[in-house]
Amino acid sequence: MVIRHNVTRSTELLEPVVYSLSDHGKNKVNPPRPFEAIELGDVDRPLVNHDLPDLPDISEVEVVRHYTRLSRLNYAIDLGMYPLGSCTMKYNPKISEKVAAKIGNIHPGDTEAMQTILGLLSNLEAHLEEICGMDACTLWPAAGAHGELTGMMIIKKAMVERGEDRREVLIPDTAHGTNPASCTIAGFKAVKVPSGDKGYLEASTLRKLINEDVAALMITNPNTLGIFEQDIAEISELLHENGSYLYMDGANMNALMGIARPGEMGVDCMHLNLHKTFASPHGGGGPGSGPVLVKDELAPYLPMPWIVKDEEERFRLLTNAPQSIGMIHSGLGNLSVLMKTLSYISSLGGKGIREAAEVSVLIANYMKKCLKDSYYLPYDTPTLHEFVLTDKYQKERGVTTMDIAKALMDFGFHPPTVYFPLVVTGAMMIEPTETEPLDEIERFIDAMKQIDELSRKDPGAFSSIPRATPVSRVDEVWAARRLVLTWDMVESIMGEPPSK
Amino acid sequence: MSYVSLNQEEKERLFEKLGITNTGDLFKTIPERFLLERDLKIPGPYDEQTIESMLSSNPSRVVFAGGGIYRHYIPAVVDTIASRQEFYTSYTPYQPEISQGTLQVIFEYQSMMTRLMHMDVSNASMYDGATALAEACLMAIRAKKVKRILLSKSINPAYRSVVRTYLRSIDGLEVEEVPFDSITGQVDLDVLKKATMANKRSAFFIQSPNYFGIIEPMDEVASIMQDAAFWGIVVTEAISLGIMRPPGDYGPDVVVGDAQSFGNPPSAGGPLLGFFCTKREYIRSMPGRLVGLTRDKDGRQAFCLTLATREQHIRREKATSNICSNQGLCVLRAAVYLSTVGPRGLRTIAEQCASGARYLLALLGKRGIGTVFTGPVFNEFVLRIDDGSRERASQAGIVPGIRIDEYYPELTDSQLITVTEMNSERDCKWLLDIM
Ligand SMILES: Cc1ncc(COP(=O)(O)O)c(C=O)c1O
Repeated sequence: MVIRHNVTRSTELLEPVVYSLSDHGKNKVNPPRPFEAIELGDVDRPLVNHDLPDLPDISEVEVVRHYTRLSRLNYAIDLGMYPLGSCTMKYNPKISEKVAAKIGNIHPGDTEAMQTILGLLSNLEAHLEEICGMDACTLWPAAGAHGELTGMMIIKKAMVERGEDRREVLIPDTAHGTNPASCTIAGFKAVKVPSGDKGYLEASTLRKLINEDVAALMITNPNTLGIFEQDIAEISELLHENGSYLYMDGANMNALMGIARPGEMGVDCMHLNLHKTFASPHGGGGPGSGPVLVKDELAPYLPMPWIVKDEEERFRLLTNAPQSIGMIHSGLGNLSVLMKTLSYISSLGGKGIREAAEVSVLIANYMKKCLKDSYYLPYDTPTLHEFVLTDKYQKERGVTTMDIAKALMDFGFHPPTVYFPLVVTGAMMIEPTETEPLDEIERFIDAMKQIDELSRKDPGAFSSIPRATPVSRVDEVWAARRLVLTWDMVESIMGEPPSK
Repeated sequence: MSYVSLNQEEKERLFEKLGITNTGDLFKTIPERFLLERDLKIPGPYDEQTIESMLSSNPSRVVFAGGGIYRHYIPAVVDTIASRQEFYTSYTPYQPEISQGTLQVIFEYQSMMTRLMHMDVSNASMYDGATALAEACLMAIRAKKVKRILLSKSINPAYRSVVRTYLRSIDGLEVEEVPFDSITGQVDLDVLKKATMANKRSAFFIQSPNYFGIIEPMDEVASIMQDAAFWGIVVTEAISLGIMRPPGDYGPDVVVGDAQSFGNPPSAGGPLLGFFCTKREYIRSMPGRLVGLTRDKDGRQAFCLTLATREQHIRREKATSNICSNQGLCVLRAAVYLSTVGPRGLRTIAEQCASGARYLLALLGKRGIGTVFTGPVFNEFVLRIDDGSRERASQAGIVPGIRIDEYYPELTDSQLITVTEMNSERDCKWLLDIM
C-alpha cells in the first residue's frame, strides 16, 4: 500500500468580513412582490424604521464567492477523518439531506400534510425504543444537552409526584460538562463521583456515596474513556433499592446499538444524540437532536406535545397531558434531523445498525493497538468504540497534547477531542467511527507515529505548527482580552478594521 | 445500504491483527446476559428510491399559517451555500485553525443580528425562540436577582409554556402573566404599571408584534420599564425587523426570539433558530457560544470561540447555560439570507408581508368580516372562523391559519391568519370564498 501524506485539505486564503465588501446599491435582489405595496397608514408610522435595515449591500456574485471561499477554510468529514472522541463524526449519507429538504415547505399548522409526518415520527419513536429497550420516547429535545435537561426535569417531576424532595444527582468524573450543567438548571445539585483506577464506576464506590437525598445517577455508557460500565447491573440495583433513578447519557450509543440495550440494564431514562449515532450532520455546531427515552413509570411526565392516535386512526398532537413537565420547544424539535435519522435507520435496517456498532469497535481497537506503544494508554481496561491516549511520553520532550493536535492538522487531519475527559491529564480521545476507509485509518496511525518521531528529533519544531492551515496558531487569549464580538466593535474598539 | 467502508478481507485482517476470531470478542466487557441475541426489529435495508418515497409528504395548496414558524421565499443562493459540505459536515469550531469558515460566518451573523436589533452583542444561537426566552429569564435571575418573571399574555403560548417548564424548579420564583386589552389586543398598560411598581425585583417580557400579530405600544411600555430591574423584547417574526423600529431602540436588556424566517424553511416544525441579543454589561452572564475576532501567530485576522469560561465544558455545574450543540447550520442560512436580500430586499419583503395582510383585511372588511382585535398589525391577525368554514377550507386544500382558542379559551373559534410573500392575491380571494 502506498501511503501518501500531506493531503491538502485546506487552502491558505483569507476573506474579509462581509460588511467590508458592502457599498451602496450593489445588491440588486428582486424579491417576490405578489402584492401591490400599500402605503402604511398614519397609525403605523411611529412604528416604522425610517432607515433601511443595516445589512451589507453586496451583489449576488460577491455573496456566493464570499461564502464559498469561507467554506474552504473549514475542515469537514467529507474531506477526511474527523476522529473527535464522543462526537461520533461518521459519514453523513446524502440521501438523508434529500429526504429532509423535501418536507421543507410544510408548515406544522398544515394538519393534512402533518398526518403523514406524525405517522413517520411515530415509527421513529418505535425504532428508537426498540434500539434502546425503552418503553416511551419524546423526539423534541433539540440536542444532547437539551435531552439531558428534559430527562432531569422528568426525574424531578417524578420526585415531586412521589412527594419527595431529593436534591442530589451523582455524576461520574468522566462525564461531559453538559451533564452537571443540565442538573443545575433542573434544580438538582450535581455531585461528582470518582471512577476508579479501572476507568469505570465501581459499585463499591456508589455504595459508599448513595443516600436518601440521591434522586438519580447520571452515567455515560460506554463512558468517555470508551469503557463499558461493567458494574451497571449492580449499580442499577443499588439505585432502585434506594428509590433513585438511573439516567444514561446515550451520546456513545454507537458502540451498543444492536449489541445490547440500556433498558435491559436497568436504565430508567436516557437520551440519544441523533447527530452522532444516527449520522445526521453537525452543521458546524448544530442543529442536533436529543430524543429522550423512558420506562413506563416515567412516561406520564414526558414533555408535550405527545404524538397520539385518535379513534379514527388519525395522528394528533396532545397538548394537555396532566402530569407532563410541559413544553420544552416551541416547534417540533429539530424535525428535519428526525427525518434524516429515519432515512439513516431505513438505509441500514436492523442488521446494518448492528454492523455499524461492530465495525466502529473493531476499528477503534485496531487503532488503539497500533498507537499504544507510541502514546501512553492510561487505562488498560478493554475499550469499545473510542479510546483515550495521553501526551505523557511526549511531554517529557516538551511536546503537549495541544502540539500534537495542531501537528495532526498539517497531516490533513482533524485532531481528536483533547484535554477531555478531565480525569486524564493531557487526554486525546480518539473515535474513528465505522465509516472510515482502512487507508485513511492507516494514514492517521502513520501521522501519529511521525508526530511522535518528530517529538524525539525536533521538539522545537512544534512551536511553528500548524503551517498547512489557512491561519497559523490562533491567539485565544487575545480574543478573550479584547472581546471584539461584532463588526461594530471592530470599528469602535480598533479604530479601523483589522488588516486582511 | 451500509456506509461501512471496509470489505470482508479488511475486516478479517483487523481481526487477525487483534488476535480475535469473532465480533463477540470485541464486546467481552458487556455482561453476557445483556447481549442482544436477536436482530433488532427494524425493517430495511431499503434503497434510496424507496426511502425517498416512504419519507415524504406534500404541503397543502394554500397556506395562511404562521404563529411563530413562517413560510418565506428562500433565495436559491441560500441552499447552494448551505449545502457546501465543508460547512455541513463540520463539527463545532473548537479547533480554530481549521474552522475559520464557520467561525467567520458566526461572527458575521453576530454582527448582522446586533445591527438589526440595535443591541451590543448576539450569541451564536439558541435552540429556538422559546428556549432563548427561558435563557433570558435565567440570565435576569442570575444577573439581577429578580424574584418574579412577568410575561405578557400575548407572548406565543408555546414560549410561555417552555419558560414555565424551565423555571419550575427555582425556589421562591413567581411567574405571572400580564393580560392584554380585549379590544386592542395590546398589553394592558395599567396592569403592567401596577405590577412593576408592586415589585421592583421583577423582569418583564413582551412580544412585538405579539402572538395576535398586533404591534405593541412600545414607547409607552419603554417608559414604564425605565426603572425596571430587567426587561426584554421578544421577536418571533424576524422579517418584521425589515420595517419596524429596531427593538434595541426601546432600551431593553435583552432582545430574544426566533430568526427561522431568515432563510430557514418551516420544515414541519423545526429546526428553528433561537437568537439572543443583549447589552455589553451582560456579556459574562449570557448563555451560549460567542465568536470573537483575534489574530494568528503571524498577526493575521482570525476568529475563535471566546469567553468559554461561561460555558458548560469549563464551568460544568456553574455554567451560565447547559447548551452545547446549537443551531449552527441555521445560523449559516440566516447569514447567507441576510447578505443575499440586503437592506432593500429585507425592507421589500417586510413591506410585502404587511401589504398582503392589509390586502386580505380589506377584502374581509368589504364582506363585513372584522378582526377580533383593533390594534395595528404587521402580517398576522386574529379572525373568528366557524367549523363550517374550516371544513370547507380543508376540502379546498386551504389552511386558514392556526387555531388559537386552545390557548385562549376566551377567544372561541379564533384563528390566527398569517400572510407572507409566499401568498398571493388569488390565495386571499380563495380564502374569502370559503368564509
Ligand atoms: C458524552 C456527551 N454528552 C453530552 C453531549 C452534549 O450533546 P449536545 O452537544 O448535542 O448538546 C456530548 C457532546 O459533545 C457528549 O459527548
